[in-house]
Amino acid sequence: MNPTEALRELGWRGLRVLAELGQMLVFTFAIAKATVRPPLRAHRFVEEIYNQGFLSLIIVCVSGLAVGMVLGLQGYNTLVRFGAESSLGTVVGLSLIRELGPVLTALLVVGRAGSATAAEIASMVTSEQLDGLRMMSIDPMDIVVGPKAVALIFVMPILTTLFVLFGLGGAYFIGVGLMGLDPGVFLSGLKSSIRFSDDIGGCFVKALIFGYLAGLIATFRGYNAVPTAAGVSAATTSTVVVTSVAVLIGDYFVTALWGFRI
Amino acid sequence: MEGSPAYDAHVRFEHVRMGFDTRTVYEDLCCGFPRGRISVLLGGSGSGKSTLLRLIGGLIRPSKGRIFVDDEEVTGASESTLYDVRTHIGMLFQGGALLDSLTVFDNVALPLREHTSLSAGEIGETVREGLAAVGLDDVDRLLPGQLSGGMLRRAALARAIIRAPSILLCDEPFSGLDPSSVKRIEMLLAKLNRERGITILVVSHHIASTLRLADHALLLLPGRAVEGKPAELRRSEDAAVADFFDEDMAVEDFRPTATETRTP
Repeated sequence: MNPTEALRELGWRGLRVLAELGQMLVFTFAIAKATVRPPLRAHRFVEEIYNQGFLSLIIVCVSGLAVGMVLGLQGYNTLVRFGAESSLGTVVGLSLIRELGPVLTALLVVGRAGSATAAEIASMVTSEQLDGLRMMSIDPMDIVVGPKAVALIFVMPILTTLFVLFGLGGAYFIGVGLMGLDPGVFLSGLKSSIRFSDDIGGCFVKALIFGYLAGLIATFRGYNAVPTAAGVSAATTSTVVVTSVAVLIGDYFVTALWGFRI
Repeated sequence: MEGSPAYDAHVRFEHVRMGFDTRTVYEDLCCGFPRGRISVLLGGSGSGKSTLLRLIGGLIRPSKGRIFVDDEEVTGASESTLYDVRTHIGMLFQGGALLDSLTVFDNVALPLREHTSLSAGEIGETVREGLAAVGLDDVDRLLPGQLSGGMLRRAALARAIIRAPSILLCDEPFSGLDPSSVKRIEMLLAKLNRERGITILVVSHHIASTLRLADHALLLLPGRAVEGKPAELRRSEDAAVADFFDEDMAVEDFRPTATETRTP
């Protein structure tokens, strides 16, 4: 490939990315419209809360506990070198609430619920189920896409909260239970260092944005899947990859804009 | 074929051009489907039979030409207009297209729940009547994945006709079914046409049964289409039309008979 061809290819790819971003923006408006358009389909939303939230509970809680225990162990072993083991609660709390909680929860939820959402919608495209709905004058955005996307936005802050709580529990168990740190020291460090608007507010905003990214990308990729078995697979894979990268990049920008240290 | 058809066309195509990427399916298709009759769409693989049904339903749009459903033009219609037009159309997809997360009952009830103000009791009664009309009893609690091919097709048919459409589009309703299921669906379609006056369009490779069933046939050939009564097409002196039926009969001849399959 000569430089001119390479440049042309690069240009085309750039244009395709821009076009896709535009389509995703339009898709966002379509989801919003479907969500507020009557009749209210509360039962579909509740079903999706169950599928995407309740069924993700175990992996989120177990992962939160494991991450908290690792943080507790690593944090204690590092801090003890400087005689600062009393800061374990602060270190673990801030790490989990500011970064690890929202980011790892988003990655876990994308891996479980996001991929399942993309695969389900893509297989509905392949088996003409969405066309079947259209032929019954039912917009698939109303009963398939909208509830799934909104449910992901809704469950992400709840799952993030659980991840953080289980993480703190894991770190407490290691720090206090195994390493013999004073419970009061751990908890007071945690309490004194966490600010509601900066830390918890930022965590909540991140979880909402990551939920939006996961919901949008999973439903968009599934909805626009090529109607073949390979298309279903490609939609699922690209959902996990693109959302994971989007979450990590988005995390930097939210962190910077929310007033954390850049 | 040029000009308006001699019969009262429920669905009409005027100079329609349709293609996918570099492949042209129709260059200049003009045809119609008579109101209240059963029409069969014939043609080789890739001739655009299923595409034609999807064009009528507005699921895809032609690159040129006009399509009329009940004298309303669907080409270029907005999505909301299409949703209005589709309330008069039922479509039986090749794979059934039932939602696999819903039971048979909920699948058939879905259009009623979405578009009518019927009470739960009335919907239940209508759905059970619809399922009974296609010969399905005691399957309403099952998921589509738990049905046989024939039952799935009949459940999809029940959903397609639950809101009493005036047009029924059937994409390969007989494919992959055993002879008794084919016969059963054939009889159901004939009954629907006879009792409710529904205009039915059937895409099928099952030539014998569709010709037996149909009042009108459209044969899609490369670059052109031929329409007429099935018997007329069978007797056509047009070489391409005769070739199509001859080849199909040759394929039928190759199919093993019941006696042959039992012979060691």
